[in-house]
Amino acid sequence: MKRLLVLLFVAWLAGAPASHAQSPEALKALADLVVDNPDKREAAVAVIGATKDPKWLAFLTDLREGHVYARGKGKDLEVVVGSAKSTKGDAEVIEIVTAYDRTPLGSAPLASLVEIAADRRLRIAIKPFLDADETRLQLASPDPEARRGAALKLAHQADVGAASVVEAAIAKETVPNVRHALEEALALIRLGSGDASARILAAQALGALHGSGAMPALQRLAADTSATPAEREAATSAIRQIERWGLLVRAVETVFQGASLASILLLMALGLAIVFGLMGVINMAHGELMALGAYSTFVVQNVFRTRWPGHFDAYFVVALPVSFAVAALVGVVLERGVIRRLYGRPLETLLLTWGASLIIQQGLRLYFGAANVDVSSPTWLSGGFALMTGLTLPFNRLFIIVLASVSVAAMYWLLFRTDTGLRIRAVTQNRTMSSCLGVRAGWVDATTFALGAGLAGLAGCALTQIGNVGPSLGQNYIVDSFMVVVTGGVGKLLGTILAAAGIGTLNKGIEPALGAVFAKVAILIAVILFLQRRPAGLFATRGRGAEA
Amino acid sequence: MRKPERLGLIALGLILVVVLPLGNLLPPGSPLHVSNFTLNLFGKFLTYAILALGLDLLWGYAGVLSLGHGVFFGLGAYAMGMHLMLEIGSKSVYQSALPDFMVWNQVTELPLFWKPFYSAPFTLVAIVLVPALFALVFGFLAFRSRVRGVYLSIITQALALSAWLVFNRNEMNLGGTNGLADFKTVFGVPLNQASTQRALYVVTALTLAAAWALCRWITQSRAGKVLVAVRDSETRVLFCGYSPANYKLFVFVVSAALAGVAGALYAPQVGIITPAKMGVLPSIEMVVWVAAGGRGTLIGAVLGAIGVNWMQSWLTTSYPDLWLLFLGALFMSVVLFIPDGVVGALARLAQSFRRGRSATTLDASPLGRATLGASRAGGSETP
Repeated sequence: MKRLLVLLFVAWLAGAPASHAQSPEALKALADLVVDNPDKREAAVAVIGATKDPKWLAFLTDLREGHVYARGKGKDLEVVVGSAKSTKGDAEVIEIVTAYDRTPLGSAPLASLVEIAADRRLRIAIKPFLDADETRLQLASPDPEARRGAALKLAHQADVGAASVVEAAIAKETVPNVRHALEEALALIRLGSGDASARILAAQALGALHGSGAMPALQRLAADTSATPAEREAATSAIRQIERWGLLVRAVETVFQGASLASILLLMALGLAIVFGLMGVINMAHGELMALGAYSTFVVQNVFRTRWPGHFDAYFVVALPVSFAVAALVGVVLERGVIRRLYGRPLETLLLTWGASLIIQQGLRLYFGAANVDVSSPTWLSGGFALMTGLTLPFNRLFIIVLASVSVAAMYWLLFRTDTGLRIRAVTQNRTMSSCLGVRAGWVDATTFALGAGLAGLAGCALTQIGNVGPSLGQNYIVDSFMVVVTGGVGKLLGTILAAAGIGTLNKGIEPALGAVFAKVAILIAVILFLQRRPAGLFATRGRGAEA
Repeated sequence: MRKPERLGLIALGLILVVVLPLGNLLPPGSPLHVSNFTLNLFGKFLTYAILALGLDLLWGYAGVLSLGHGVFFGLGAYAMGMHLMLEIGSKSVYQSALPDFMVWNQVTELPLFWKPFYSAPFTLVAIVLVPALFALVFGFLAFRSRVRGVYLSIITQALALSAWLVFNRNEMNLGGTNGLADFKTVFGVPLNQASTQRALYVVTALTLAAAWALCRWITQSRAGKVLVAVRDSETRVLFCGYSPANYKLFVFVVSAALAGVAGALYAPQVGIITPAKMGVLPSIEMVVWVAAGGRGTLIGAVLGAIGVNWMQSWLTTSYPDLWLLFLGALFMSVVLFIPDGVVGALARLAQSFRRGRSATTLDASPLGRATLGASRAGGSETP
């Protein structure tokens, strides 16, 4: 029986049944539209709108836009819809069709027709019918987001009359989050119904659905003194259920944000850490190399926008290697040009790279301007993945987590599975001995520095998707990533990974309690206290090499 | 100390302490007249020089590179600024006994930690003690666990960032981003008179001379020798039975106290102190003063602070875009070409000139040795 009803309903949604055409009320109402009585006209619109027939609704649209005319008088009176106007000789003529079926009636001189003007009052009367129709159309839309929007609107309106429409939509729906929204809408609609037992069921359903959008309605019911105790009880327990769910969502969200921050830190600290491990140098220009990567992304984006606007979404795929290459190139120039003259003097190198960072930063400011530039996300990175009710994980954050994981995996592969990696590790352990055994330490230094700088560029490219791109982009995160490297210790990637994960999650964990600024201060204190136990980071070099 | 060097020092001291303020007293038309603006500018430079002396003591002698000295400078300046704010009393724009920014922030009662700053003696003590105590705690934690080299530099930089973030917050009741400003009097004397500014300048110059004498006394003492030894090989000093951590902590505290005094003299002369003075960039700029002047020479720090800042005030007014480029280039070229700074380079020049005159005399001037040591300082731990 239920299935049959649903089938009937679907048929109703798919196309208007023919019976409406003969709908005598609507046809009679048509005549009332011509009468010079606002009340009657309004009633006529209500009758026509109540048919919910798409053809009648199309007629209402025409009426609102002033395309409806009356011709003839008395018994011959006929309401027609006009379309294209043209001039024939002196007279203006207009193509006309019948009001319902749109059967062409040929053309008629404009002078013989009387326009049925839709005044403000009439337009207001028409609007709800067209809006309801729009929601219905949206519910049938192939785009899940449009369907979900319609469901949210229905939930907001909580109009008892819409219950059957929503039920039918639920039966058809296959996308889980749209279905969820529809079910919530239905429960909210039923919560507004007169029947107490239906309301209790609806409250229970809302509690099971966990949607926080239902909170105000449930709170109203829980506080409603005219409701039965059972109803209020159901509403209260539903509120509790939703609140508990909210706590769970916040916990998962915090973990995700921590993972997101950790992966950002890791992406930045990775390049720093390998250079630090090899040369004992913290590259203060790392942040500016990131900014270079971000600006490379900006330039690539602009090239795509002007040259290949059709393939705009592909720009980011191109920007990743380009920003790696640009930053790596600048890194090599920096290393071969100046840094190699200062080996064994880490504090001087620190100052040197800081000087380089000032020059790069000011160069970017002079060339691109001091204001932030606009980098738009490709469509495949906007939006998010709906993990659970009330929590959507943005694709750009997920992408950064993936990018960081891939970078770490690639670094492991490079360091432990290739000849280059073997040489890098050899020089890291003992530079002099490696040179004696024929490793070209200078070449290894340049490669490593290029790699570290390239990773910075990659990080900068990724940051364009979540933050502002300006000349001081690097400054915002750089001290944090220094802390990661210092906490992680030299020479072991695992230390950097653990430090990034620890600092990232700790930061996001205490941020809700302390606020962003004091969370940062707390992290600094935590790092200082941590260094009390392990002064050279998580994995310090031990043995004779330790003093080097 | 060689005779020409001593003469040079005395001349520099005389110019800074006596000649400039006297020049300011001359009528504006005379060729030797020093304008109020110039005198005030030099007053600011000299406060920087006091700070640079402390930094040089720490970096040039003990080999500890602090990238967070702006914090200690800021602490001293804020301590002084708080007293000056309270001195304004109800002469402020809002005619409230509270500082103006508290009125904006709807603070109705003076926070407890502001109250002691009504007292001038307390303020004078706090200027030294607040940065010194802060440095004591921070340094104790850092040096006790043997955090050193690059690690220490990064930690101090994080300290500067944190302090900047915290002082920017309005709820700290320290004026937020706008800092403390609009001072009217200092210890009851109106600040807008030329004579007050002149007196402040003379006090600053004398403080600089005293700071120089203190630093020189420390470096000449036995403790100073140990410091240089710590710089050159901390491990060996440790094995000789000294405690490098205690020596480093001592210098760190002295240097923080000097920075605090410098900040306290800065606030009334410049008339404003904001968190921007204690962030990451200003803190590392302080290092370049010392590096450019010549570290491990004391006098180099003074000349570097004055020289670089003089250049800055000229460049930022004439070519504002170029200043950061110039600063970056200065960082790089000093590190690459004159690691012992201008003073070190001059000393080497003088030395080779002397060698040329009497090839048989071996040079044994302390300055010469200090600069040679300094060029090795950064990489002291590397074999």
